[in-house]
Amino acid sequence: MNFPTLLFHAFALLAVAGAVGTVANLRNTVAAAMSLVLTMVSLAGIYVLLGAHIIAVFQIMVYGGAIVVLFLFAVMLRGDESEPLPRGRMRLVKAASVLVAVCVMAGFARILVGFPEPPAAPTDFGRARTVGIALYSDYVLLVEMVSLVLLAAIVGALVLAKRNTD
Amino acid sequence: MIPIDHVIGLSALLFGIGAIGVLVRRNLIVMLMSIELMLNAANLAFVAFNRVWPGMDSTKALDGQVFVLLVITVAAAEVAVGLGILLALFRNRDSVDPEEASLLKW
Repeated sequence: MNFPTLLFHAFALLAVAGAVGTVANLRNTVAAAMSLVLTMVSLAGIYVLLGAHIIAVFQIMVYGGAIVVLFLFAVMLRGDESEPLPRGRMRLVKAASVLVAVCVMAGFARILVGFPEPPAAPTDFGRARTVGIALYSDYVLLVEMVSLVLLAAIVGALVLAKRNTD
Repeated sequence: MIPIDHVIGLSALLFGIGAIGVLVRRNLIVMLMSIELMLNAANLAFVAFNRVWPGMDSTKALDGQVFVLLVITVAAAEVAVGLGILLALFRNRDSVDPEEASLLKW
């Protein structure tokens, strides 16, 4: 086992641990958000191992920074409360939904065999320059539309979060 | 080079954990976090597939990574709007339990 593979498994372990910590933490939402940061940063490491450097940078900036900060603000604004375990019929429904999720995972696992060995990446694969050229030549329309989506989201979030003053 | 099927396996695992979070948890903030986990799993699969099958054309070689950037943007927008909805719900209902938001339920 070579060094990048070892590194990948370490990052994968951290990512899964963070994801479980996010979902299974019933008492402390702030700790759940911190586990989410662990997952995001580990995924950024995996992106670097896959040669997607600029994606890794954005992953840390947007997910590790902005999105988690937004979550933390929401937790602070509403205060933290612990979540009671489901009772009665709800417990059955929850168990069934876990079963469904595991079946989805198993369905994904069936397609896992026989991927080809990845070809040697070109020297500028995943660098900011090549991704930037692709974004602003072939995908320029997509970039503009995504900026519209962001604008709509900003306005929508402001309208939703604003206190009714009238 | 790291084995791609392991990367896809990790992606499937993260997606499943996120799905369990959305289905089982009753705290809207944690449900939104689980949705982020699922989006990240999809991003990981995009990057991995882009690494295995980069496009033939040199300008199309990074399709998967461009998609990941778009998904990250939409995820940020989704979190902003989702948390706005959550704050409005919390102001009106004094709870972030989605079971409490049953006004439209018949």
